[in-house]
Amino acid sequence: MPESNNISNQPEVFKNTLTELFENNYDQIMENSSGKIKSLRQKAFGIFKKNGFPGKKTENWRFTDLNHLFRNDFIIDFETKSQKVDISNIFTCDVYDLDTYCVTLINGWFAYNNSPLTKLKNGTIIGSLYKAMEIYPEIVEKYLGSIAKLNEPGFVPLNTAFMQDGLFIYVPDNVKVEKPVQVINIVDSQKPVFLQPRNLIITGKNSNLTLIHCDHTLTHNISFTNTVSEVIVDQNGYVDHYKVQNKGRNSSLITSLFFKQEKGSKLFNNAITLNGGFTRNQVDLLINGENCSANLNGLYLMDNNQHVDNQVFVDHKAFESLSNQLYKGILDDQASGVFSGKVLVRRDSQKSQAFQNNKNILLKDDAKVNTQPFLEIYADDVKCSHGATVGQLDPNAMFYLRSRGLSERTARQLLMYAFAGEVVNKISVEPLRENIIKLVEKRLKGELSICDQCILSCNSREPKFIQNIVD
Amino acid sequence: MLSIKNLNVSVEGKPILNGLNLEVKDGEVHAIMGPNGSGKSTLASVIAGRDYFTIEQGEVTYMGKNLLEIPPEVRAKEGIFLGFQYPVEIPGVSMTNFMRTAINEKRKHQGLKPLSGAEFLKLMEEKKKLVKIESKLANRSVNEGFSGGEKKKNEIFQLALLEPKLAVLDETDSGLDIDALKVVANGVNMLKRKDNATILITHYQRLLDYVIPDVVHVLFDGKIVKSGGKELALELEEKGYNWITKET
Repeated sequence: MPESNNISNQPEVFKNTLTELFENNYDQIMENSSGKIKSLRQKAFGIFKKNGFPGKKTENWRFTDLNHLFRNDFIIDFETKSQKVDISNIFTCDVYDLDTYCVTLINGWFAYNNSPLTKLKNGTIIGSLYKAMEIYPEIVEKYLGSIAKLNEPGFVPLNTAFMQDGLFIYVPDNVKVEKPVQVINIVDSQKPVFLQPRNLIITGKNSNLTLIHCDHTLTHNISFTNTVSEVIVDQNGYVDHYKVQNKGRNSSLITSLFFKQEKGSKLFNNAITLNGGFTRNQVDLLINGENCSANLNGLYLMDNNQHVDNQVFVDHKAFESLSNQLYKGILDDQASGVFSGKVLVRRDSQKSQAFQNNKNILLKDDAKVNTQPFLEIYADDVKCSHGATVGQLDPNAMFYLRSRGLSERTARQLLMYAFAGEVVNKISVEPLRENIIKLVEKRLKGELSICDQCILSCNSREPKFIQNIVD
Repeated sequence: MLSIKNLNVSVEGKPILNGLNLEVKDGEVHAIMGPNGSGKSTLASVIAGRDYFTIEQGEVTYMGKNLLEIPPEVRAKEGIFLGFQYPVEIPGVSMTNFMRTAINEKRKHQGLKPLSGAEFLKLMEEKKKLVKIESKLANRSVNEGFSGGEKKKNEIFQLALLEPKLAVLDETDSGLDIDALKVVANGVNMLKRKDNATILITHYQRLLDYVIPDVVHVLFDGKIVKSGGKELALELEEKGYNWITKET
């Protein structure tokens, strides 16, 4: 394809190639952007050009090596745009009872059956961000870039400069979206691709949304995805957000997820990482109004040389709110993990409650994890706690189970399910919980192949057809 | 059924069992009594297959096989059961799931078909009544938040479900009130058959009011120093362990 561009080698070279690419494709990148979005892109581009990528010395990146990301000849595609694809040919949902509005992004571009942007009877809009920039510029302008932080080095400004398509959801005030929205991000390309999807989710006052976000690869090829999502939860709103990641070992995924909660709202976020060569999940939550509650949970199950990095930042900017973090991980073989959880309670955020917990099990001597729970508190009337553990499976429990006739393997698996269960059992959508439990069990038994289609989506092992958009 | 000959066991270089001999035959109930630190729990652990100690010398034969070469789960499937002195709490693992897995592993070992969910639940109801365990305990995570008495009853419940050939109960009576003690004793008595055997490890004679042993042994300093009938337990209760230690 004509506009394909090869990118290669080392952070500085990679950065220069990207900046050239931006400049050379300026018109095409800006095509759908209103004046405000244009200046947002330009600002982001300026920051990226100045700061480049984070390095080993950058705080929050100390334990995660990025060098492998700069080694390959990635292709960036500005051409495809949203596309009409008969999605039923690619996926059929095999989850009984899990009735969702299912949308698909293929290589970062929205794929649709009928229309790139659907307006439901209750006023909810679901569809392509690219299309939304065109049709609902006033909504996009108001929220896009409003909470994603541009001042950090690297990936958020880069995404903001280059963003093309992604998921757009707008839920008006007083609307409960009954069915969960499920978005499946698929990477499927014969060549190494660099993708930068951008998602914008807005839920109005007293509104309700469940969003399930699945990341998958359908090939064993090298890919690098840099996703930024902004989720706004307005007053008394309720958002239940899931991220299920099951990606190939040659895939790298960096997600930056920004939440803003207004007064009286509730948020659940669950990040379930089952597989992935390199995965970094950043969750950044701003509690902007009183009486909010936020539950941020994570589970990561890693083996081989997989690396997972979870970064959580919670900013208690208002009084009497609650945040609760529970991240648990099981690391096998030479897998490595990072957890960094920071809670900031500002001076006027009295009566805040903030809890943080990270628990890890290392199954082999070579597996490792770096964990840093961290509280920064400026208010004096608060209830906060943090803790981290790294250990092995309890040998007393192992013996107890074996003494009743369970094999070492079965005993080990039962204890691992139990450990993971603390996170998974918090999932409130029942069919989703059941399926994630099954998926976790399968994963821990070593039976989940990366090509296994997600619980949530497809049961055809190979896609019957996906246009090869990168040839 | 079980034959232990000249067993010498050490823990971190410290001798714990010093030439222990024991013969248990089908249908017998043996009580092993002894002061703290005499090696009672280590003996139970050796039979069940824990590995925190070193076997220095001696042999343990069970049903004609060298028990020491068999991993703990295979011992369990061959009919050995240890009632733990301190049952382990395992949050997140349900009793039902645990016991169903255990029973089906054993059935597989015996070449039997696994129990279906319904068959298993029926069996569980039956055994719950037998040991008077409350339904809610069986629905919870293994031993999690159980009182001391509940944990011990839960051991007997597992004993009832697994129907072992050789049960070793390690101080299952300690810390129990009289009602719980009766439940435990009743469980042991009801499960007694001509072809199985029980070893009761106990500190006090109290349990032996309810379960009548065929043989009573006194374990002291890592070996059995005296064996006798049930009257030996009464004598011990009356005269205290000093009587034995002086005699030896």
